[in-house]
Amino acid sequence: MSTTPTRSLSFTQAADDDLTIYERSAPGRRAFVAPETDVPTRPLDELIPGKLRRKTKPNLPEVSEPEIVRHYVRLSKRNFDLDTGFYPLGSCTMKHNPKLHERIAALPGNARLHPLQDPAHAQGALELMWRLQDALSKISGLPHVSLQPSAGSHGELAGVLLTRAYHEDRGETRHKVLTPESAHGTNPATVTMAGYEVVKVATDTEGNVDLDDLRAKADSDVACLMLTNPSTLGLFDPNIAEIAKIVHDVGATLYYDGANLNAIMGITRPGDMGFDIVHFNLHKSFTQPHGGGGPGSGPIAVSDRIEPYIPRPQVVKRPVAGVEPKADTGTYDLDYDRPKSIGRLRGFQGNYGVFVRSYAYIRSLGAEGLRDVSEVAVLNANYLLAKLGKLGVLEYLPAAFDRIAMHEFVLSGGPMKAQLGIKTLDLAKRLLDHGVHPPTVYFPLIVDEALLIEPTETETRETLDRFAEIVAEVLEEAKRDPEIARQAPYGTPVRRLDEAGAARRPVIRQPLTS
Amino acid sequence: MSTYTSVTDADRAEMLATIGVASIDELFGDIPAELRYNSELPLPAGRSEQDVYRELAELAAKNVSADDEISFLGAGFYDHYVPALVDALITRSEFLTPYTPYQPEISQGGLQAMFEYQTAISELVGLPVSNASVYEGPSAVAAAGYVAKHTNQRSKFVVSAGVHPHSIETLQTLAHGYGMSVEVVDLQDGITTLPQLDQDVSAVIVQQPNFLGAIEDVEALAGQAHDAGALLIAQADPIPLALITPPGEAGADIVVGEGQTLGNRLDFGGPSFGFFAVTEKLIRRLPGRLAGETTDQDGKRGFVLTLQTREQHIRREKATSNICTAQALNALAGVIYLSWLGKEGIVELAELLLQRTAYARNELAKIPGVSAGHTQPVVREFPVRLPSGKAEAVIAAARKAGINPGYRLSEDELLIAITELRTREHIDKLVATIKEALA
Repeated sequence: MSTTPTRSLSFTQAADDDLTIYERSAPGRRAFVAPETDVPTRPLDELIPGKLRRKTKPNLPEVSEPEIVRHYVRLSKRNFDLDTGFYPLGSCTMKHNPKLHERIAALPGNARLHPLQDPAHAQGALELMWRLQDALSKISGLPHVSLQPSAGSHGELAGVLLTRAYHEDRGETRHKVLTPESAHGTNPATVTMAGYEVVKVATDTEGNVDLDDLRAKADSDVACLMLTNPSTLGLFDPNIAEIAKIVHDVGATLYYDGANLNAIMGITRPGDMGFDIVHFNLHKSFTQPHGGGGPGSGPIAVSDRIEPYIPRPQVVKRPVAGVEPKADTGTYDLDYDRPKSIGRLRGFQGNYGVFVRSYAYIRSLGAEGLRDVSEVAVLNANYLLAKLGKLGVLEYLPAAFDRIAMHEFVLSGGPMKAQLGIKTLDLAKRLLDHGVHPPTVYFPLIVDEALLIEPTETETRETLDRFAEIVAEVLEEAKRDPEIARQAPYGTPVRRLDEAGAARRPVIRQPLTS
Repeated sequence: MSTYTSVTDADRAEMLATIGVASIDELFGDIPAELRYNSELPLPAGRSEQDVYRELAELAAKNVSADDEISFLGAGFYDHYVPALVDALITRSEFLTPYTPYQPEISQGGLQAMFEYQTAISELVGLPVSNASVYEGPSAVAAAGYVAKHTNQRSKFVVSAGVHPHSIETLQTLAHGYGMSVEVVDLQDGITTLPQLDQDVSAVIVQQPNFLGAIEDVEALAGQAHDAGALLIAQADPIPLALITPPGEAGADIVVGEGQTLGNRLDFGGPSFGFFAVTEKLIRRLPGRLAGETTDQDGKRGFVLTLQTREQHIRREKATSNICTAQALNALAGVIYLSWLGKEGIVELAELLLQRTAYARNELAKIPGVSAGHTQPVVREFPVRLPSGKAEAVIAAARKAGINPGYRLSEDELLIAITELRTREHIDKLVATIKEALA
């Protein structure tokens, strides 16, 4: 059957070398031509005193335009990307990024709009933001939206700071925030950054929040419970109404990490589940391209009781004087007059370029399309799980919880490691040779040798079938010779890298001589 | 139905049969009936690509962009030219559509670009360690404060009023959370004069050039901070650093800033990137991603994300920051742009800004009733003082002439920014318009 593929990745490795842009540099080469100096020039010393002046020129690369283009095109060929192949990275929602969005975002009215432009001259942008706020409010079932946070982690921070402001305004001081032990690492990190202590809540044998543990830990010193539903295990917690009641009874807020919103759009709403604060990852559910690690955007939606504290400025629609307020009249403005606001979380109004793409997506799909997205995302995940079962994969990689999954599911590589002698990491590295991106590995932490698989709605059934077959092939191969996976990958531009060595003696920039 | 899904009705039936359920609805069986949203979301129906394009192009056309007027707006974001090669390269799918490089063997392109970026930022700001980027400028200042707090466990930040107001406000928001107080120190003739610093001061925070365009003596400020055992954090505007002492060389412990001017568009405020650089001593307190060089099992050079034990996905509640994904694509635009400028070009560009700014400042001061907002040296931006209460009238008159005359600082002050896209002709037109408005 299959032999060791040596060049099976679906992109071409740049053939010649892997020099850095600095290593391509030579004195005197250049790309930049300065525009003409059309004003009378004055001596430098007159304009900047010598003691404040830079002594040597910044050591930037000296390269020509053709070299820059070829260098970065070659680098691009050493990246695997979503437009090239299947990318079932759990909890990251690697779905198709429509090309239309790039075209709209690049229109001069968007791309060339200064953030401090007078609102009267930025009505189109403010209207788009207002419409996006409105759509996110409807999708989440919560009445107020702030678009300001820059990413999911930033939205989380906003949420915990809003909780703090809410309690402080009521004269309450609380010290603890609850997070499930399966939570994404940003949750506990955020809690500390916002000045609270993390208290972990256990998960029960079904993969749900352990209600007894929650009851035991929920007291009047708890400010908030941070949760995602579906959870990072890809499971919908059916006890959510009870969870909300326990949390609200002690006066705490319930925070929704929107990382998994792709499973429930138009099907259920966090607001109806009892959540007070929700963040959205526009780069997950709403198709902002991930960019190799950003940009993202993490708007928040909140209930009425949290609204007084949301960040400023807020995009508002004001009625036109003398005109009956109607849906299609009004002017858009930035409202700074929010005395109880937690303040700013960043400069300007947020990642507008991301808002354009996300709004274009919502506008293209409409209500029916968004619901279809979640239905197919869940269908694809459960189909892939079933298919893996039919091919015998689950014998070695059992589902962590034997339940219907939502948009993603967790397998445990424990039996594979014990019986076939390969770890989840080895399986992941061997998948690279087959031209697919591995799932998220070793997360969530509470599952042994975890693989978190999220196929998303934009994949075809054939792609899912092929992925299942590849996983089965890797397991078959491991039965014959586990060493093949242990040494994988083979066909990638580099093979397994010495990460421990990199951390021991960090080389984090190019050493330069001049 | 979504045009971005490809599951046919036939697929659907077979897939449900494989799963062993009768309907899609059954897949959502864990959601209690009373929580199911049984109607259609009250959103407009979906539209074709053509219709969505037209609708959103019409919205975009309602905005007055930097193409539609001669704009002297700056105050944190600047209308620099973005070279065509930046667009061509960063819109390649291989850069645009991957996630964070968790599998380094198939992410060498992105990781190597981060390593190159880190080198270029390190050179520009004069510190040995740069991370792979953070969200943007003002939140980078607040993140730097968090590093300072954990470095010396003191309780207060002393912040110059010359730091961008958005940075100060963001710092106040976050510092309230992590339990620090913020004291803002007024400027004197446009630059920072520090009070006597007590032992509670964790960090002194300044901006270079500052919000009013003035070049600060960072070396002197850093000396005062260090004498009191505090760190010096500088927010810097990267292009002017081609001409002025890099804050790191002047003694800053942390240099952060807004990266928009490096190859990123205005985008009504984002996405852009923030840069974040520290001394060798602070490397293990650095927030965010960091690319490092290493070798693979065959001894070949490669790049990985490194020192990950600082980060939230490993260290969780003890992480140096909660930041996860940063701004990789925007930082990539940054390093491509810096390569395009090059060692000589960045100096030539900064000198052009310097000369045109000096010209504009000089010409404006000749207008009767107009004076300099301060007398400090500047590179690319400066305040002008108008006759009392005249800012609105000047802005209105300029608008009529197709000019955006700058950021309104107060009822009688404007902050005017110059880029290489604002020519002498533009400056002359601005001067003539203001002169006429005040006549």
